[in-house]
Amino acid sequence: MEFYRSHVLVCGGTPCVLEGCKGVRDALIAEVKRRGLDREVKVVETGCLGPCDLGPVIVVYPEGTLYQKVHVSDVPEIVEEHLLKGRVVTRLAGEGVQAGVVKYEEPTYLGVQERIVLRNCGTIDPESIEEYIARDGYRALAKCLTEMKPADVIEAVKKSGLVGRGGAAFPTGLKWSFTARADADQKYILCNADEGEPGTFKDRLILEGDPHSILEGMAIAGYAVGADKGFIYVRGEYVLSIERLGKAIEQAKALGLLGADIFGSGFSFDVEIRKGAGAYVCGEETALIESIEGKRGEPRVKPPYPGTEGLYGKPTVVNNVETIANVPPILLNGADWFRKFGTERCPGTKVFTLTGDINNKGLVEVPMGITLRRVIYEIGGGIPGGRGFKMAQTGGTSGGCLPKELLDVPMDYFTLPEHGSALGSGALLIMDDTHCIVDIAECFMRFFEHESCGKCTPCREGTARLHEIVAKIARGEGKPGDLELLDELGSAMQVSSLCGLGQAAPVPIKTMLRYFRDEFEAHINDRLCPTGTCGT
Amino acid sequence: MKTVEELDRIRKQAQAMTRLREGKETTRIVVGMGTCGIAAGARETLAAIMEELAKRNIQDVVVTQTGCIGLCEQEPIVDVIKPGATKVTYGKVTKEKARQIVASHIVNGQVVGEWVIASA
Ligand SMILES: Cc1cc2nc3c(=O)[nH]c(=O)nc-3n(C[C@H](O)[C@H](O)[C@H](O)COP(=O)(O)O)c2cc1C
Ligand code: SF4
Ligand code: FES
Repeated sequence: MEFYRSHVLVCGGTPCVLEGCKGVRDALIAEVKRRGLDREVKVVETGCLGPCDLGPVIVVYPEGTLYQKVHVSDVPEIVEEHLLKGRVVTRLAGEGVQAGVVKYEEPTYLGVQERIVLRNCGTIDPESIEEYIARDGYRALAKCLTEMKPADVIEAVKKSGLVGRGGAAFPTGLKWSFTARADADQKYILCNADEGEPGTFKDRLILEGDPHSILEGMAIAGYAVGADKGFIYVRGEYVLSIERLGKAIEQAKALGLLGADIFGSGFSFDVEIRKGAGAYVCGEETALIESIEGKRGEPRVKPPYPGTEGLYGKPTVVNNVETIANVPPILLNGADWFRKFGTERCPGTKVFTLTGDINNKGLVEVPMGITLRRVIYEIGGGIPGGRGFKMAQTGGTSGGCLPKELLDVPMDYFTLPEHGSALGSGALLIMDDTHCIVDIAECFMRFFEHESCGKCTPCREGTARLHEIVAKIARGEGKPGDLELLDELGSAMQVSSLCGLGQAAPVPIKTMLRYFRDEFEAHINDRLCPTGTCGT
Repeated sequence: MKTVEELDRIRKQAQAMTRLREGKETTRIVVGMGTCGIAAGARETLAAIMEELAKRNIQDVVVTQTGCIGLCEQEPIVDVIKPGATKVTYGKVTKEKARQIVASHIVNGQVVGEWVIASA
């Protein structure tokens, strides 16, 4: 085996690809070779390291020095100074760096982060099954297949308290037990990687950075419920995710970690990729199932739920990417270990894509129950220009708004709803006080009107009317009574829409009305947009 | 894959590839790579260390470089830092001496006293 004294990890996540990391990687390889260091220094492409906004990002080990915004023209200096002479290139090591050394393992940026889901992202080469195995990959599957009964696996997931990270927060162990109990000749595991939520890209970066963790998690789920077939429904635009998943499936099959009789246990499991059909609603589990079956992606009437009657009418588990990525570490380390993170009611971590008016944009994984204040000011580095915080939108459009009043409320799936908000899937969009609430509401409602599939009336008509009313208010044409109408219409949609799209569409409006009513009123009564955004 | 032992075997091999990134405390060999060090042949010294480690299949040692420490006439300078032990600094480390240091200090734990210029 070759021995290298230094590894240079080049982030190959999509945000960094867009910034030109491939060119940087090629230049590094060429320069290292030109300097005759190619037998000492290894250049590795890895998954998202987190600070996507600072891309292209590279990390040099063993020091763990993180360089940001690296351009091809910086490469000779990095090679000459750092790789040859051992001196950190402070200029590229970022602001606020003391003594010129940023330890990737311990910068303030990662200060309060806990990495369970992202345990391998940015540390391993996602196209190498060996590197995944080096970090205990497939050990959880081995343990399940050789030491545990399917019922024990479900019991362990139940005890861990893991709830679905796709937005609905359904207890994962309980979900699995429905499918396990169902009597059928064929069962399926579906990984929901459609990620249509605006502003969310965490599933994408998990798939790109650690595809094997999804295959392992799905195989464990398959063993637990008695399914031998899995599908990953990936958003069609996620080219790199699809490519890396494809490679991972091939590698796992070649080593016999997917396929027949895994670990001589008699259990067999195969995974196939399906490309998403492009609509937001295709992320809804029954629409997703319709889409995999080759039909138009429209939600089904529930019940029956997929757990008992899903894909091709067979019992089917549908889980989100992040949910599945939690499964191997839970099985390997035990439910008690998992419960050490997060809160009593909601153990574990949450991965967020931090975007908007925030200094450190990117991917973060934090303990469940952390407050918004800590995320913004400790991890996110605060709001640019020292401007004031206005609100945060969690979970993309379908989540809730968190105003100033909720800055210190623990963010988890059960506490936020108590305040009329929701945690949602994984977007965390921060907005400063220059934004107008009515303008934002108009933008959200336009999205729902566009994405409503039209199958049921409350949502088809409701989303259009919500948008219409809010747009009028924004234009300064609002009437007294409009806000009450929004509230009433929203409530009707919440109780009568067929699927989560129509049920969730009013949530942002309702939280905005609850916390920013005066701004709506100013638009209606005074024909005034307090931030000067709308053309009132 | 039919047995857990197979997986364990792959893991052990593969861990050698990623150990460098784990940030665990291991033995470190630090080679002075200032202009003075390079002029005195530090590149060859470092290459010899790497070769010797590879030949002996030693995976749990980290090799890094550092700048000039102000003892230019002693270059190439090599530090060996074992976890829990004091740092040992060797001076005028030629290729041959470098191989010897790997063999006795790294492998056998025997400091090569006559080449040591500092120990703290
Ligand atoms: C309109 C709509 C879009 C959705 N989009 C997604 C999505 O992109 N990804 C996802 O995991 N879940 C999405 N969901 C939630 C899924 O229906 C389902 O609850 C989830 O995949 C279950 O996985 P979990 O239990 O692991 O969270 C969506 C739901 C609705 C109503
Ligand atoms: S709620 Fe909306 S998206 Fe869902 S089925 Fe009805 S019309 Fe379609
Ligand atoms: S994609 Fe490179 S840091 Fe996130």
